[in-house]
Amino acid sequence: MSARQRPLSPHLQVYKPQLTSVLSITHRGTGLFLSLGALVLCYWLLALAAGPDSYANAQAVIGSWPGQLLLFGWVAALYYHLANGIRHLFWDAGYGLELKTTYASGFAVVAVSIVLTVATWIIAALRMGGGA
Amino acid sequence: MSLRSPLGRARGLGSAKSGLHHWIAQRLTAIALVPLSLWFIVTLVCLIGSDHATAVERLQSPLTATLLILFIAALFHHAQLGVQVVIEDYVHGHWQKLTSLVVVKFIAVFAALASIIAVLKVSLGL
Repeated sequence: MSARQRPLSPHLQVYKPQLTSVLSITHRGTGLFLSLGALVLCYWLLALAAGPDSYANAQAVIGSWPGQLLLFGWVAALYYHLANGIRHLFWDAGYGLELKTTYASGFAVVAVSIVLTVATWIIAALRMGGGA
Repeated sequence: MSLRSPLGRARGLGSAKSGLHHWIAQRLTAIALVPLSLWFIVTLVCLIGSDHATAVERLQSPLTATLLILFIAALFHHAQLGVQVVIEDYVHGHWQKLTSLVVVKFIAVFAALASIIAVLKVSLGL
């Protein structure tokens, strides 16, 4: 049997995007993207276990510019999902649910993920540049 | 055709009894992944530019291998639980939903096991 077709809420297209809703859907988006990254980790570990030739091959794939771009995206996504995940854990424990606090923690999550992503890539670039 | 309302059909059936376990597992793996993923990024940055021999040597430390296996297990478990929720929310056809849930679970178990065996092979020097 089917219930009467009633208007559904929320109609996403009539809502103005808010920081809270954008961060929420970004958490899901980065989660899905990171799941793909987990499969690349599996590929890299299998290449490492298969020997020097396949390892060099995998390093070349990851070192190519699309590979580096994806890697940058995965690092940024991981820091974001990590920081926002901690925000979610506080909510689960019943803290920080006031509107003002959710906005403050939202901005903090964005700031922390940008700072950590940039810092990681500066260190990575220095290590690559140093020929380590 | 049933004349009962959706509410009438759902009432009294109780929950599916497995939602709480999913919720707790998702949080526990999340908590475990906080230190593990930070450790993983540091390890990766330290491995930048290293050749095969250096990477193998790094994984032969029992502590590194242990942390990496823990990271893999928590990561794939957490990823599967998360993708499951997204599928349950957005995939509406019964068979499409069931198929994608099973496929995601199989991929997660396969990739996790393959990754762990790769780490064991390298770390044990097999």
